[in-house]
Amino acid sequence: MTKPKVAVFDFTCCEGCELQILNCEDEILDILGKIEIVNFREAMSNGRDDYEIALIDGAISTSRDVERIKSIREKAKLLITIGSCSSTGGINCLKNFWPMDEVKKIVYGDMAKHFETIPARPVSAIVKVDFSIPGCPIDKKEFLRCLAELLAGKNPEVPNYAVCVECKLKENECVFDKGLFCLGPVTRAGCEARCPSYNSACEGCRGLVDNPNVTAEKDILQKYGLTVPQVLDRFKLFQGCYQQVV
Amino acid sequence: MAIKDLKIDIHHITRVEGHGNIVVDAKDGAIREIRWEVPESPRFFEVMLRGRTWEEAAHITSRICAICSAGHTLASIKATEDAFGITPTAQTWRLRKLLSYGEHIQSHILHVCFLVLPDLLGVDSVIPLAATHPNEVKLALRMKKLGNDIADIVGGRAVHPITAWVGGFAKVPSEEDLKHLRKRLVAAIDDTKTLVNLVKSLASKIPDFIRETEFISLKWEKEYPWLDGNIHSSDAGTVSYKDYEKVSNEFIVPYSTAKRSKNRRSSYMVGALARVNNNYDQLSPFAKSAADVFGLKPICHNPFMNNIAQVVETAHCVEDAIATIDQLLKAGIKQEPIRVVPKAGRGIGAIEVPRGILFHDYTYDDNGIMLKANLVIPTNQNHANIEDDMKAWVPLMFKKDAPQEAISHNLEMLVRAYDPCVSCSTHLLKVDFT
Repeated sequence: MTKPKVAVFDFTCCEGCELQILNCEDEILDILGKIEIVNFREAMSNGRDDYEIALIDGAISTSRDVERIKSIREKAKLLITIGSCSSTGGINCLKNFWPMDEVKKIVYGDMAKHFETIPARPVSAIVKVDFSIPGCPIDKKEFLRCLAELLAGKNPEVPNYAVCVECKLKENECVFDKGLFCLGPVTRAGCEARCPSYNSACEGCRGLVDNPNVTAEKDILQKYGLTVPQVLDRFKLFQGCYQQVV
Repeated sequence: MAIKDLKIDIHHITRVEGHGNIVVDAKDGAIREIRWEVPESPRFFEVMLRGRTWEEAAHITSRICAICSAGHTLASIKATEDAFGITPTAQTWRLRKLLSYGEHIQSHILHVCFLVLPDLLGVDSVIPLAATHPNEVKLALRMKKLGNDIADIVGGRAVHPITAWVGGFAKVPSEEDLKHLRKRLVAAIDDTKTLVNLVKSLASKIPDFIRETEFISLKWEKEYPWLDGNIHSSDAGTVSYKDYEKVSNEFIVPYSTAKRSKNRRSSYMVGALARVNNNYDQLSPFAKSAADVFGLKPICHNPFMNNIAQVVETAHCVEDAIATIDQLLKAGIKQEPIRVVPKAGRGIGAIEVPRGILFHDYTYDDNGIMLKANLVIPTNQNHANIEDDMKAWVPLMFKKDAPQEAISHNLEMLVRAYDPCVSCSTHLLKVDFT
């Protein structure tokens, strides 16, 4: 049976999600036995264009990015986004709350006209995405499970329930009771509630569940002393693209 | 036959983090243009930090880069603590150093074994090496995993740490975990020796290119500097970390979205080689023995030796991580309360990360909301030096009638030697939103 040809492409990101693939040190040799990586700029030279599966890391934030992702979509049978940036825009969307001209002028001053930027967007805003693996970064276990399911010819799935479920299963003490403001109640599980398990608040990096109980979340946050603008502000960190942009 | 014309246009160089182009243009034996371009999409981190809280700063800036996310986290924390007047406890300081060691081991091994070694062995990537050099690849994976596991255990997650907070650690590792890590670190000493011997066997492939260079790094009277100290130039001596702007002198060129730096010369170099050149005497005994194998002594002006310096530092990190764990266990590890009171003011965090000296500069208001932020990244500080190296080396290769392919490949190797982190270097910049 021929090994599926896979390519990894990066856009506007920290390259953490593709690094997580290389961080599966115990499994990487097995993975290379099951797939043929034909293009992965960060790890290999002389990549090829005959890929069937394209893994996309990073958000779209320039017009060059737009052209490049369209060209990849044309070639790939399956286009999979890995991580927050490509799946929901990620932290890059914080930039969207400022006018682009102002952003460039502040950073580059008189040289601003040489540089180009557009509001940061997830890949799905430009082309059809077949499947998304969320997280900032992606969770290694989840990635390996999804890859195994894909290779077995199944449609991979990620949970559609909130992080709270995983927190309860681990019998964690709720971090709200430790004085932290957690976005767990509306954030998609699949990370085994990692941040709350380390006594930290969930920041919502995996995106919202499909039908988030945002009203209930706002109620909880307000109960613990945050104003509505502060609540919306918390969501901006990783959910910026869901909110209004300038 | 001597080549008269040269046209090199390497778009998106491979086996480096981030996107960079190499452009060389020569006609009739005369060099017209040599450029190291960074077309990386800028992400505008300083704009992203606008109006965010002191609690979020480290989590936002860690997303500048995955490989150095712990480094950005620690620099961010130091800048905030500098602004608020907070001094970490001895335990917190040791845990941060351990986190930094995990990151350095992971990063240096990733770079030397996965990104550089293929060039020394004449292959496109580490993938074919899995078949031809299986034991060496397994060793590289084992050491990289150890680095990541240290960061996972101390930081909660190697990529974008969770537990490192302003003022302390949200959750400290258990004694059990630290003892287990110690065992693996002791086993890693043999692995490091094997790595030293492997790289030594390929040392003849390392180009012998010398150009007198200014080296900049931290310097600290107490020990080899990672998280403390002031800024030292091999040309000009030491200045306070608070005066970093007088050293970094950032400037823009139109063909590069990443800013550049210069100090006493038209450029300077930061990173492992700079640290070893400036602080050689403080290297651990194991690290010094590794340096001796390669004849690496200060002051070395061959940028390719940066990769040797990374191997030497790996030895140092492995040895000192064991000592640090011993100190933590001796004192007894315990969850310490974290108490932070924000206040208005400016703070600077200057630390060493795998690719060189990193500065985070924050200004806060009374409520701990970020007013102004400036980040100076090690790779930014190297961009001008990379181009100056190219400008010195290409004419030499041209004179020796090297074929275009060889010149091209050599320039790629030169860029890789710096271990650039291009995403980091296009984070961007100074914002004043008072």
